[in-house]
Amino acid sequence: MQSLGIDVLFKGTNFLRLLGGLWVALRISLISVAVSIVLGVGMGVLMTSRSRVLKAVFRIYLETVRIMPQMVLLFIVYFGTTRVFGWNLEAETSAVIVFSFWGTAEMGDLVRGALQSIPAIQWQSAQALGMEPAQVYSLVILPQTIRRLIPLSINLITRMVKTTSLVMMIGIVEVLKVAQQIIEANRRASPNAAFGVFGAVFLLYFLICWPVGRLAGYLEKRWS
Amino acid sequence: MKKFIKKFGIVFLSLTIAAALLAGCGAETAKTAEGADAADAAGAFRTLEEIKSSGTVNIGVFSDKSPFGYVDENGEYQGYDVYFANRIGEDLGVKINYVSTEAANRIEYLQTGKVDIILANFTVTPERAQEVDFALPYMNVALGVVSPESAPITSLDEIGADDQVIVISGTTAETYLEKNNPEIKLQKYDAYAEAKTAFENGNGVAWANDNTEVIAFAIENPGYVVGIPSLGSADTIAPAVAKGNATLLDWLNEEIRALGEENFFHADYEATLLDTYGKEYEDTLVVEGGGAEGAADTSAKQ
Repeated sequence: MQSLGIDVLFKGTNFLRLLGGLWVALRISLISVAVSIVLGVGMGVLMTSRSRVLKAVFRIYLETVRIMPQMVLLFIVYFGTTRVFGWNLEAETSAVIVFSFWGTAEMGDLVRGALQSIPAIQWQSAQALGMEPAQVYSLVILPQTIRRLIPLSINLITRMVKTTSLVMMIGIVEVLKVAQQIIEANRRASPNAAFGVFGAVFLLYFLICWPVGRLAGYLEKRWS
Repeated sequence: MKKFIKKFGIVFLSLTIAAALLAGCGAETAKTAEGADAADAAGAFRTLEEIKSSGTVNIGVFSDKSPFGYVDENGEYQGYDVYFANRIGEDLGVKINYVSTEAANRIEYLQTGKVDIILANFTVTPERAQEVDFALPYMNVALGVVSPESAPITSLDEIGADDQVIVISGTTAETYLEKNNPEIKLQKYDAYAEAKTAFENGNGVAWANDNTEVIAFAIENPGYVVGIPSLGSADTIAPAVAKGNATLLDWLNEEIRALGEENFFHADYEATLLDTYGKEYEDTLVVEGGGAEGAADTSAKQ
């Protein structure tokens, strides 16, 4: 027990600090995920439009987000905006902006893919039944799209949760940073603390991401 | 379908615009609150007066580099750098807001004015001095050489032609020895742990690394001695402020000189570094009162 460094987790307020760090990571990812879903759905719908300009704009946006490492985006938004525009964005606000910017692009592409995967015959049959375009959309297309979207977006959400560990680079103390602090503070007293502390962090991430996956499985079954 | 897309598009666009406006307003208020004075200055820094009147000083420290800057089990910042930072806050008469920095973003933090002072084990180098302003130093770093007690190496001349010295690739120790003592055979390892194992197994007669590292190693592992505690050009560690922040820089220099009078950094060492480096290296590592100019008085006093 001692040699695995699990004891350091219960020294002082260490465990509470770890949970506090987890809450910071969760808060950033939850807000970003919510923003990404709302804006992403809108973007996905627009991406299926026939307008070449619109398509090009979203394509460039999507490719930019995919090419840029999130770390670079964080530095641009947190430090860059201060240098160029003199804005003083809070670190957490910057993180939410970056993760929403990324999530919206990815989500938009997922929505586009899901929409386009609905066979044209579904549109045509619904229209032949005399449905208005809005009815076709809300009663026929969207329900099928959402079902196809769930597994894909769960993947995106868990990826966003895990990538929040990067925000330590702009001074936000989230769960992984707290873990490093705990390990380092006990470097001499228990050199193996890394095992126990990172193990605990693994468990915490698992406890967050696993229920999300389960919920998705449940919804998928229910709506199929 | 087309109609729907149009409607949806309008809603979507107006939402985006609303969000942008909101964000814009937020930034605007933030600017008037904190950055109004910074904007007209050349850089984005806060002067001494601005810090004092705001009641808070932002100090960037490491939060995971024990024993220099770390967070203890109660969530409090501790360490050699933090001990000094606490005193700065006290003498400025303001509260301290600690910002957790990484080695890679220390300069960025100063240049954007997001912290006022960096106290994060920041080694003074000519390259960095072009980007930020360093105050007087408060600690020494140099290279050190550790060897077994049974066959101590106290000078580089004692290393025989067939002996090998262990170094970690990419460290200053490697660069220094290759440049200044090309006759010494080096045994290079990529990671600290590998070098440590190799040294303990007797693969080399000595191990050269940063002196803080080898001293800590010798104290943790009985049977080894740091024969050469300070080798090569001694670098120093100093507080840094944004380039051109003269009022704050002058105040810090004054503060460091004044603290030398009471042997503050020796007290700091005894409170934070003694466990790791031991009493023996106190004078090797500590710079009191800003170094050369203050050194004479301090040594006279001791």
